[in-house]
Amino acid sequence: MGEIICTDITKVWGAGTPREVLALERVSLTVGHGEFLAVIGPSGCGKSTFLMMLAGLEMPTSGTITSNGEAVNGPGADRSLIFQQPSLYPWLSALDNVAFGLKLQGVARKERRQRAEQFLRQVGLREFAHKHPHELSGGMQQRAAIARALCLGADVLLMDEPFAALDVQTRFQMQSFLLDIWQGSGKTVVFVTHHIDEAVYLADRVIILTARPGRLLDSVSIAMPRPRHVISADFERYRGLFVERLRAEVTKAFQEQELAEMLDTRIK
Amino acid sequence: MRSQSGPGLESAKRQGTPAGWGPTAVPNRLSQMAVSVMWWVLSLGIVVAIWELAVVLRLVNPVILPPPHLFLAEIRNQAQFLMPQVGATAVSGKFAALTAVWASLQRVLSGLALAFVSAVTLGSLAFYFEIFGKLTLPTITLLAPIASVAWIPLAIVAFGVGDRAAIFVVFISVVFTLTLGTVNNMHNVDQVYINTARVLGASRRQVIQHVIFPAVLPQLFVIMRINLFGAWMGVLAAEMVGVRSGLGAIVVVGRQMMNMNLTFLGMALIGLVGYLLDASFGLVQRRVLWWKSTAQL
Repeated sequence: MGEIICTDITKVWGAGTPREVLALERVSLTVGHGEFLAVIGPSGCGKSTFLMMLAGLEMPTSGTITSNGEAVNGPGADRSLIFQQPSLYPWLSALDNVAFGLKLQGVARKERRQRAEQFLRQVGLREFAHKHPHELSGGMQQRAAIARALCLGADVLLMDEPFAALDVQTRFQMQSFLLDIWQGSGKTVVFVTHHIDEAVYLADRVIILTARPGRLLDSVSIAMPRPRHVISADFERYRGLFVERLRAEVTKAFQEQELAEMLDTRIK
Repeated sequence: MRSQSGPGLESAKRQGTPAGWGPTAVPNRLSQMAVSVMWWVLSLGIVVAIWELAVVLRLVNPVILPPPHLFLAEIRNQAQFLMPQVGATAVSGKFAALTAVWASLQRVLSGLALAFVSAVTLGSLAFYFEIFGKLTLPTITLLAPIASVAWIPLAIVAFGVGDRAAIFVVFISVVFTLTLGTVNNMHNVDQVYINTARVLGASRRQVIQHVIFPAVLPQLFVIMRINLFGAWMGVLAAEMVGVRSGLGAIVVVGRQMMNMNLTFLGMALIGLVGYLLDASFGLVQRRVLWWKSTAQL
């Protein structure tokens, strides 16, 4: 349950056009059942693209992805994706947002509300069931979005910088909240972030992608007992390691961006 | 748009007292409303006072520009003027003006409702079936700028003089713009909303029904509200030239009988009813379709 295997996946945006971009090149990796995997890399390295492909919203140009042994050909109930931007539907209450997936499946109103209520309770939003998204704080909105993902019983939670838009305090809260959810559930999590601290704090294993085209640069297991302390020698060691590995890639990404911009202005 | 077409006080009412008005900058709702009403009364009062004064000083001819107290008093007589000629049946002797208001209002609301349903249906189909959209949208784009009054001759020839012609004019003045608005807004729905639904297992039809449709509904209502005055103008023009009942007809009958009291009474009612229509649309927007901010207007 919840095992994802990627074999040689490559993604080319705008294939066959003059503006063809190789976003991801021959990425192979296995995410084990119940594993918490963090993905870091310089911006524009294809982290989000990678996640979109795991979710089935985008197809790899070549290579295969399987989830629980089955090829991924589109979105599936076994995988759920949580976005950085607020994604709750503003016209629905928190409860109806969480129940939205069940509604799509044709579950009767009464039952889906009961089930959604359970998950709202789990994320600590029971009293806010009938509030609309604009009445919730950013952290609450993301918790509701997580409840919505959990409500369909997905084995894999794919998270695309889900806490990036939150303030620091809320972000810390949400991180431990996510760990609680994850530890109690045995779900697989693939967590994209550009925060090294977040990756080290949360993940069993961190993979680093290179600057565009995104290739698998390294995969590092975080051998630290939980709960982890952000201020500790071990943490510092991992932080240093990732900073070092990323620095070269970020510089490369920067240069490439500048080059692209220069070319762009020349073309114009 | 809003500040050009509607009373400018609306925005002040919504945002509270403008900054710089001193320590009472955060009044409660009631006193806020009182302040708003005060400005209305003052604003109207000044115009009425100047007008009445001009008549007293014989600067204007009261036959051509009858002052407010005269044309408002006309309400007492209007059943007599409206009864046979205009065909607005009096409910009881004195309520023919209400009948005229009701006739115009009914036409504009029926026309808008028809246009809304048709435009949303047509727009959704054009969005869902790409080929259908490509076949229809260019024509609709060319039909949209035809002013509503330009359709009146056709309406009268096709439907005769009566409700149906007037409803048609309202319908045609809104339906094309609204169809284009539907398609455009559907294309602009936040991709995150769509992806969220897809991840949750929505089919294309479900995405349109449960995500795209509710997402664009407030904007469509805004478009309809923006076009409300155009539709209102259309129905009045139709009533003036062919459809011999309603507020538009009152204004014309006043001129024909050289009774400017009646014409001005009609104009005052047109303004008042138009404002109330817009205000009630605004209310629906804020209370029912609130999830897109009204800041767009």
